[in-house]
Amino acid sequence: MNGISGTGILAQLLEVVLALAAAPLLLGWVDQWRARLQNRAAPPLTQPYRVLRKLFHKESVVADSASPLFRLAPYVMFGCMTLACAIVPTISTDLPLATAADAIALVGLFALARTFLALAAMDIGTAFGTMGARREMLIGFLAEPALLMSLFCTSLITHSTSLANMVETVVHRPYVLEPSLAFAGIAFTIVSLAENARVPVDNPATHLELTMIHEALILEYSGRHLAMMEWAASLKLFAYSCIGLALFFPWGIAEIDSPLVMLVAVPMLVFKLAIGGVSLALIETASAKMRIFRVPEFLATAFLLAVIGLLVHQLLEA
Amino acid sequence: MIHIDWILIIVAGWLTLGIWALFVLKHMQFIARRLFPLGALLGLALAGVALDATFSTPEVAELVIGLPGLPFHLRLDPLSAFFLVVIGAGAFGTSMFSAGYFRTGEGTPPGLLCLEYHVFLAAMAMVALADDGYAFMVMWETMALASFFLVTANHRVAAVRKAAYLYLLVAHVGAIAILLCFGVLQANTGDYTFANLRAQQLGPLWSSIAFGFAVFGFGAKAGLVPLHVWLPEAHPAAPSPVSALMSAVMLKTAIYGLLRVAFDLLHGGQWWWGEVLLGLGLASALLGVVFSTVQTEMKRLLAYSSIENIGLIVTGLGLALIFRAYGMSTLAALALSAALVHVLAHAFFKSLLFLGTGAVLHATGERNLGKLGGLIRSMPWVAWLVLVGVLAGSGLPPMAGFVSEWLLLQSFLFTTVLPNSFLDMLIPLVAAAVALVVALAGYAMVKFFGVVFLGQPREEKLLRAHDATGFERIGLAWFAVGSLALGLFPVPVIDLVDRVTQRLVGSGLAQTVHANGWLLLAPTGVERASYSPVAFLGGVAAGTFLGLLIARRLYRGTLRRAPPWACGYAGGTARMQDTAEGFGQPIRQIFEPFFRLERDLPSPFDARPHYRVLIEDRIWHGVYLPIGRLVDLAARGVGLLQQGRISIYLLYSFVTLIVMLMLVRL
Amino acid sequence: MRALLGQSINLYAAFLLIVSFAMISQRRILSLVHLYTTQGVTLVLATVTVAYLTNQPHLFASAAITFVLKVVLIPILLHRVIDRLDVRWDVEPLINIPTTMLIGIVLVVFAFNLALPIAQLSSSIARSTLGIALACVLLSFMMMIVRAKAIPQVIGFLAMENGLFFAATSATNGMPMIVELGIALDVLVGVLILGVFMFQIREQFDSLDIRHLERLREE
Repeated sequence: MNGISGTGILAQLLEVVLALAAAPLLLGWVDQWRARLQNRAAPPLTQPYRVLRKLFHKESVVADSASPLFRLAPYVMFGCMTLACAIVPTISTDLPLATAADAIALVGLFALARTFLALAAMDIGTAFGTMGARREMLIGFLAEPALLMSLFCTSLITHSTSLANMVETVVHRPYVLEPSLAFAGIAFTIVSLAENARVPVDNPATHLELTMIHEALILEYSGRHLAMMEWAASLKLFAYSCIGLALFFPWGIAEIDSPLVMLVAVPMLVFKLAIGGVSLALIETASAKMRIFRVPEFLATAFLLAVIGLLVHQLLEA
Repeated sequence: MIHIDWILIIVAGWLTLGIWALFVLKHMQFIARRLFPLGALLGLALAGVALDATFSTPEVAELVIGLPGLPFHLRLDPLSAFFLVVIGAGAFGTSMFSAGYFRTGEGTPPGLLCLEYHVFLAAMAMVALADDGYAFMVMWETMALASFFLVTANHRVAAVRKAAYLYLLVAHVGAIAILLCFGVLQANTGDYTFANLRAQQLGPLWSSIAFGFAVFGFGAKAGLVPLHVWLPEAHPAAPSPVSALMSAVMLKTAIYGLLRVAFDLLHGGQWWWGEVLLGLGLASALLGVVFSTVQTEMKRLLAYSSIENIGLIVTGLGLALIFRAYGMSTLAALALSAALVHVLAHAFFKSLLFLGTGAVLHATGERNLGKLGGLIRSMPWVAWLVLVGVLAGSGLPPMAGFVSEWLLLQSFLFTTVLPNSFLDMLIPLVAAAVALVVALAGYAMVKFFGVVFLGQPREEKLLRAHDATGFERIGLAWFAVGSLALGLFPVPVIDLVDRVTQRLVGSGLAQTVHANGWLLLAPTGVERASYSPVAFLGGVAAGTFLGLLIARRLYRGTLRRAPPWACGYAGGTARMQDTAEGFGQPIRQIFEPFFRLERDLPSPFDARPHYRVLIEDRIWHGVYLPIGRLVDLAARGVGLLQQGRISIYLLYSFVTLIVMLMLVRL
Repeated sequence: MRALLGQSINLYAAFLLIVSFAMISQRRILSLVHLYTTQGVTLVLATVTVAYLTNQPHLFASAAITFVLKVVLIPILLHRVIDRLDVRWDVEPLINIPTTMLIGIVLVVFAFNLALPIAQLSSSIARSTLGIALACVLLSFMMMIVRAKAIPQVIGFLAMENGLFFAATSATNGMPMIVELGIALDVLVGVLILGVFMFQIREQFDSLDIRHLERLREE
């Protein structure tokens, strides 16, 4: 690959380390604000770190009938989410790994993670695990095209599917109001709510098995495997938030020949993520969890909105 | 000697093997351990020679077989060579697997099976080589007949006979259409060689009629909607290696035929042809994938999945035709490359999946998804190799299926410049439909692998299932490694495909792709889009190892085995996990208009409640059964001529004589 | 600044399209009324922007009338009708919601295609939004067809008129005042008659489900 510079590698490593370290913090922030909005006493901001530490120290109990796939899946999930965080331009667009995977490959990466998760849930063969796998694939089959189409909206505008290039083009364009981006943004929000198992699609704090989707998939995991899964889930939320910020609010990201902007980019990212976290908590508090039969309709709405965004682009902007 | 001579020798070798088998009709061991591996090696040789031939100039040959004055014209150009690579690679893996798979009790003597098998392979290779209409049709028919006999290998089962009959019927209706297509193409010159057909300048009406016949005829063989009804019946009825060959290789000869007629003989034609192909391809893809998610039998699931993949390939072809008609040759090359890469990728992963079901069938005797489960413990080789096929079939990076999907979506992205605004708006919808189809394919693949190999065994005997034997492992491993390699190294594949696209649309991707080395795939420039599967896999692997490092080194936790948690419910049985019907139920609910459902639901007042769901194809009931009734009616009408009385028959002869005398007088 | 305002018309148009789709997918009647109100507000904003950019004072007056009618009067009327008839929920529409949205997309493509050659003839500042306006009209019409209760049908009728108004503003810089007053009067009268009609249905059948009307045929 051409053009790998020292600052590029530095930016890449910094991004990965930042993602690994800050993802649980984002989760903690969202939980805190949810508690505050619901008039409860909020847990401390570092609560997810404590949960991870506790889980890592605990003994991991694995079912008798589990195959090696079951034990491998948490690490594969973690690997996929780390790669996702590495590809998305969070603080800089000068990323050597960005040429390895573009927007379509990113969607494929999430699909890979989801497939392994569903297969691991089916591995034990309990009623709830297989039900969770079925529901997860149901959400996935609608969310994946919706995500792809909303990314496509931006790709049509920037004539590229490489994420770094998309961010740079959007930043450098003269300020234009793009209605198709509005449609894509709404679709993206709905998809990220669904994929990250947030209300109104799935309640991350539920204890009722029949209402679980994501929780049902990790029901059989414990100890360090569960820690890996939880960390991967927070990395997924981090990645989705960063994709949203990079595509729709890309100001403040360093570019190829200005590495020092990274010093500004990190606080900007923290600021943007903080606002994003509060809005997520607001959405979660203001909505009620949907019946599982309504979720395909909800996601179909996102899919169709993204497609309308593409059509509107063809009509109004091409 | 030039390549075409080598290929003819290989074909002759296959036929020799077949005839040899006739002399050792019942010697199972000899046929399985010696003849099939020899056939496999011949297949590998074919792939190698054809690979080399793709990069050299076209060659011609003439075989003086057949009628006097009508020899077989043969020609080896990059398009034929590409499909010969597919045939050869598929033949190697499947023949190796068959060496371990076929055993007595299949219903046909092994020698006969070997003969039919190798005649099938030889006929497919000759179809790719044929350079005139006569040779093409003879080889096409041979291929159809050989596959018919292979499908009826187990002819004592009535369902198998029915399926084979339907297959033969649709194949022959298609063959008639192809014959008519050639008839229109030769435009009254009487010379059926492809060179002559290429030189004819047909008007828009006649070329469209020829195109219509070609789509009907080749579509019947490829399994395009609405001519797909034979596929889900015939593929499960055949023995698994035969299903693998039919799905992976025979359907591709139909694609070859379509490419040959539409791009080569008709020179691309008009833009609305591309729309027809686009529509048919999308319909097949959507129908195939929706049906595959609700199936309860593993081979039917894979058969419908083949319909879906063929649909995607034909969508790519349609797009290429549209671009070519508007003169955008680079975009046409992009779409065509996507379709051809998918041809190769599908051949590998579908063979792998079908051969895997064969191994499962032999080990357990079950093909119903409701009676399988948990086989990953007793059949680890098959399970892990089939997992590679499942990942490839879902179109996940870094496997083979993803590259073609990526290229296809790229071609959708750069289409905002079409002069026809209606097409411009259609393209985003088509891209959305393709994305939906691929996501649903992932659903079907997860269902397939999860219900068959994961979970707990639903029957007692599954615990004693035996794993694949040596030859079977070689066959499965060949396809698994191929799927992985095609996914990890797409640039050499683009090189190969480029030779074909240069010939068909006059442009290719290889130059832009080569500018970035062999690790990075960037068909239109790095700034626009790039994908490096090796780096991708490396990234995921690095992340996985990082996770392992943190979990195992930093924190030394222990591991304990225990019964499954299952939320504390004691007494969970294998029957409590999701069934195949249950897994497909959400799709059945969402896509209800596609299906024709018959349901018997239990009521609380039943003494013996039972639940029955039958999912059928609407097209079968809406199109085929009425046509069948019509044909019956017409036959009965003609049957009125048979009165059974001698005087009537003498009257017929008398009337004919009088009419002819009158005509002669006039 | 002027360029930005010009682009904002595109944004209003897109927002109208979103609201039309949201109307199709809504089940609660109260949300339908709120969506109709937001449609009215968007129309007012768009008309004001076009009036400012093209310096046509009569459009300001038109915007004022729209505000009074569509953002204030008609929603109040609808709320009162809903309270008196005590309807909160809708029954399942005749075809399910995802299918309705798919048909909606086909209608949008059709409308966009239809509007392109016409838009090239117009000289207005917002001509590219004609396709969206046409799409809104078609979508509201479809909403009238697939709903089974009377109130969503009335709202669909009103939304159709909104779409026509937007089409007029975007293609021809507003209609002549007389035409506009006439249409407004027609809409008002239509709503009053429909309101009376709804009460009569309610009296007769004790429900607002229009499928009861089908039983008037000879059985």
